[in-house]
Amino acid sequence: MPFLVNQLPKGPYYGILAEFATPTDLYHACERVRDEGFTKWDAHTPFPVHGLEKAMGIRRSPLPWIVLVAGLSGAAGGFGLQWWVHASAYPLVISGKPYFSWPAFIPITFELGVLFAAFGAVLGMLALNRLPMHHHPLFRSKVFERVTDDAFFISIESWDPRFDPSATGKLLTSLGARSVELLESSE
Amino acid sequence: MISNEQVTIPPGHPWNRIPLVGVACAVLGVVGCAILGPANPKQFFFSWLMSFLFFLSLALGALFFVLFQYATQGGWGIVVRRIGETVFAMLPVMAVLFVPVLFGLHELYSWSVPGAAEHDALLRWKAPFLNVPFFLIRAAIYFVCWSFIALVYYRLSRGQDATGDPAVSARLRKFAGPAIIVLALTSTFASIDWIVSLTPHWYSTMFGVYFFAGSFIGFIALLSVVAPAMRAAGLLDTVITAEHLQDIGKFLFAFTAFWAYIGFSQFFLIWYANLPEESFWFKARLEGSWEFVSLLLMAGHFGVPFFYLMGRAVKRRGWTLAIGGTWLLAMHFVDIYWQVMPTLHPEGVRPSVLDVAALLAVGGCFVAAASWLMRRQALVPMRDPRLAESLAFENV
Repeated sequence: MPFLVNQLPKGPYYGILAEFATPTDLYHACERVRDEGFTKWDAHTPFPVHGLEKAMGIRRSPLPWIVLVAGLSGAAGGFGLQWWVHASAYPLVISGKPYFSWPAFIPITFELGVLFAAFGAVLGMLALNRLPMHHHPLFRSKVFERVTDDAFFISIESWDPRFDPSATGKLLTSLGARSVELLESSE
Repeated sequence: MISNEQVTIPPGHPWNRIPLVGVACAVLGVVGCAILGPANPKQFFFSWLMSFLFFLSLALGALFFVLFQYATQGGWGIVVRRIGETVFAMLPVMAVLFVPVLFGLHELYSWSVPGAAEHDALLRWKAPFLNVPFFLIRAAIYFVCWSFIALVYYRLSRGQDATGDPAVSARLRKFAGPAIIVLALTSTFASIDWIVSLTPHWYSTMFGVYFFAGSFIGFIALLSVVAPAMRAAGLLDTVITAEHLQDIGKFLFAFTAFWAYIGFSQFFLIWYANLPEESFWFKARLEGSWEFVSLLLMAGHFGVPFFYLMGRAVKRRGWTLAIGGTWLLAMHFVDIYWQVMPTLHPEGVRPSVLDVAALLAVGGCFVAAASWLMRRQALVPMRDPRLAESLAFENV
């Protein structure tokens, strides 16, 4: 199903991968990369590094808005469905109450609101992270295997407007990278 | 770490005068009650009970807040714990303010009138529980339990200010679990005794939780007002940060939903089953002008604050959080009004000067005693072993 799988932009390179020895090195390198004006880049660590999102200059995610809209749609849909079924499509007298007995609709309205908010959160998170992506060029790097163990990485993608294969590599080396690697595209 | 000047009210600070304001309100209220009460004793006792329940619920909410912070070893809230400790230290004061209710038992509780059960099968059946001696014994048990827990937690925490002994925290943590169970049982039974038994034929197995939900949101609303107000007055402004305000706001937000969930669950089952011995309590609150109060609670205690408090920025700014807190504190009072007053005025909402007088009297005593305590103590548990963690707290 190609439409469900995210693709990276095409180019001769995927980008540059730089390895750092400690979270502190990575943190300060991120601040510099942010200040240089790079936008298409990421940091990879084996464990959460507090404050890294500030060092990277990441803005707040739009995910809460997606969740809000999805949750309200679910609640409105749940309420509307019951309203339509009970008051219009298939009116039945249930325990002597009016067709449109809104208190009876609240549990399902609430549940559908929660369900759709959860869908919005999970699917929105996947979409914003461009997942699922079945393969990533970073996995071709041998040193990158240590990202789940004891190494810290910055990857800058080649479609960043400020990307230049040699100048960006030199920048990362000057920031204290233990190794810098130019990665080819997947294809 | 933290210095004495950062956490005490300096001499000459305007907050030193709050006890006087409280005493003035209390005197005004008591005089009002003394003048107007004798002409309308029934109204006086209902007004007094309502104000008593409002401030009692704030103190019980504070006690629960501090207990579960200990039980779960919550870190962030330590900088606002002393505010909670000050509020629940008012529980012995509430025991004194309960005394007027005892003089109005016959006016408030129809089951307490001698001979009430004679021609009433249901009251006869409930008489082993609903009788005056047992009612008084239970009230004594509640206040002894609450005052004991409150004083132990208050005194040991204050003592730690001097010693910094980490063993105190460990002891209070161990004691917190059992104390929460005691608090849950006593506050459930107290709410049944003092609110549900106003209509002795009614019962609701949900009511204890409903009272708890109101208590907790009441205290968090108070905290949402007091913490930003302190910062604005230059107290604890180096200690309480936007991070702490945001966490208080999260509680306020979450418990608007919890209150609505519990309140609706109580209503829903009774409305759906439609059994006359249960539904009359809600019927009384959906007739005449009481219906407006019920709708106000739905919109004002849940709908509006739920969406108002949803955003991040609202919770992090002092004044926007304080608006939410003030609003919910008012709504919590409306909630208590809605629980108590329809028994006295089934014909509709009848505000009375005695409502205001009783609120001033009870509230004045409460505020005077609490603010007097604040003058005499550090405003944060300054040598709690985990205070540093709370000071450095950041939302992720």
